[in-house]
Amino acid sequence: ADIISTVEFNHTGDLLATGDKGGRVVIFQRDQESKSRPNSRGDYNVYSTFQSHEPEFDYLKSLEIEEKINKIRWLPQQNAAHFLLSTNDKTIKLWKISERDKRAEGYNLKDEDGRLREPFRVTELRVPTLKPMDLMVEASPRRIFANAHTYHINSISVNSDYATYLSADDLRINLWHLEITNRSFNIVDIKPANMEELTEVITAAEFHPQHCNVFVYSSSKGTIRLCDMRSSALCDQHAKFFEEPEDPSSRSFFSEIISSISDVKFSHSGRYMMTRDYLSVKVWDLNMENRPVETYQVHEYLRSKLCSLYENDCIFDKFECCWNGSDSTIMTGSYNNFFRMFERASRRDSTLEASRESSKPRAALRPRKVCTSGKRKKDEISVDSLDFNKKILHTAWHPMENFIAVAATNNLYLFQDKMN
Amino acid sequence: MFVRGLKRKCFDGEDDIEGTLAGIKAIPSYNLQRQSLLDMSLVKLQLCHMLVEPNLCRSVLIANTVRQIQEEMTQDGTWQMINTQSTGQASLDRLVSTDILCRSSRDQAEGKPVPGYGTFSKDFESEQAQDSSETMSTASSVQAPRNLQSNVWEMENPQENKGNFQKSLDQIFETLENKSPNSVEDLFSEVDNSYYDLDTMLTGMMSNTKMGHCDGLETFSSPTNTASNSNCKSDLNDLDHIVEILVES
Repeated sequence: ADIISTVEFNHTGDLLATGDKGGRVVIFQRDQESKSRPNSRGDYNVYSTFQSHEPEFDYLKSLEIEEKINKIRWLPQQNAAHFLLSTNDKTIKLWKISERDKRAEGYNLKDEDGRLREPFRVTELRVPTLKPMDLMVEASPRRIFANAHTYHINSISVNSDYATYLSADDLRINLWHLEITNRSFNIVDIKPANMEELTEVITAAEFHPQHCNVFVYSSSKGTIRLCDMRSSALCDQHAKFFEEPEDPSSRSFFSEIISSISDVKFSHSGRYMMTRDYLSVKVWDLNMENRPVETYQVHEYLRSKLCSLYENDCIFDKFECCWNGSDSTIMTGSYNNFFRMFERASRRDSTLEASRESSKPRAALRPRKVCTSGKRKKDEISVDSLDFNKKILHTAWHPMENFIAVAATNNLYLFQDKMN
Repeated sequence: MFVRGLKRKCFDGEDDIEGTLAGIKAIPSYNLQRQSLLDMSLVKLQLCHMLVEPNLCRSVLIANTVRQIQEEMTQDGTWQMINTQSTGQASLDRLVSTDILCRSSRDQAEGKPVPGYGTFSKDFESEQAQDSSETMSTASSVQAPRNLQSNVWEMENPQENKGNFQKSLDQIFETLENKSPNSVEDLFSEVDNSYYDLDTMLTGMMSNTKMGHCDGLETFSSPTNTASNSNCKSDLNDLDHIVEILVES
């Protein structure tokens, strides 16, 4: 199995899609509740697997284009088929996943095995009938949106109008219509005329969940810009600018790097947005630009290790974050296969581990704790023992229930809250 | 956890024993750590051993860190080597793009056929192997020196920038040059030194999109035979075409 690079529930939560470094997409479907197997409610089983992207070679630059799936976003379901967008560094594809459980039998012109019948053997005409067959799930690419990005695509976001979507790379954001592949509109361009002056890149972008004219994008300098597409065709002027003033006492050579935002997500309500930087998660009220309303420390104990983390490149890891369905809790990943949850109202936080050793199926997860001082208590793990190769970058929360998906390198863990 | 070959000189809180010593000793320790951070950053920027395009965000962040250190060092007055490099500027005219160097080097390492300009740079590499102070000629007809940062973004770039920062960056490179051979080896132990020395790698410059300026190239190519010279010209024409496409894209 390959390293998982993205995880996403669809809008009902019945389907869970994962993309991996090898360009494959695997979709899991939730078992329907049935009387014969009451305990199976909540199990996700493989529904469909397909190769979304292949490695490519850019002959002009003599560089490979990775097939790794950077993001998957589901479209809201409008008919029996399911649609999702998947993207690698350069190309976005719209996939249709449809079920086939019937088969036509009794053709006039061909045999059951598909061979054409000799015309003189056709002595009577009959109407083909539909017979049930084993369920087959087919994935087919319906649109390929290519050649619009010079830099690496980091985000895609489907608009609430269900007709358009945006794709963002390091320096530009493009707006697409889902039906049109040969044209996209550039709505943000931060590429300087002189590339030597480049000091900031776009790190993530997302459409507002309700207002189809509003989107945000985050930068490597820890800022978020909210743009309104009604104001102009090119949204280089932001409508709102979110930035927290820097704390001068904690300034170091790494301040800028750790302030770089790796993910931005609107709350389901549309009133808040959440940003993830290297050490913390911040919740912002869209009506207040000068500072976040809540800040949660994910792994503050790493602040004294920043130099080592810079040396081994871990400081550039891009962690994602997500909201639960009611926006009451937020979740994000950390190292050593730990992931963190923060309950906003009570300010309670928990650290859990996604690994085979620490959890048995259907057993409750033990809360974990990282010890920062010299005296390590039993069950605690010291900072120096953390495995920085085991990082949880991608997590997803079911849109309605307390069901979470956690990607730990090449394993996918599904956890359920037993309280409901 | 640590990159192989890099000496660990980090100022992670508890490990900074030197910092606990009073007054004077703490300051050089900070400088040493800052210097090592600078060295580490430059190495990170220059090592391009991948076939895939480097991560732009990472490069920008590292470059910003380098600039920040350099600014602080300038303000501190610890930056001793403020001397003009008139000879240095001239030799910068013939610096080769790091991308091309790295890619063609890698191609050579794997025995793959390389595009015209890649092969061409190889001819010049053999000329340069022994010379430790000079820089390599550009295979792709570049002339103007470039800012360090730009070579990690992309190839299509406008005019040269001989600003102060350029000078300062050259001075940063000199700092590394002046280090003892051992530490330099450590820093670059992961880099295959067979094609170029420290100097050229650190001062790797951008290709100029304005083709046809073969002056630097011709000056340098005089020691070589005329055969390779003519190869150069035809390769340059091809490159001309390619770079035009790049500029337009």
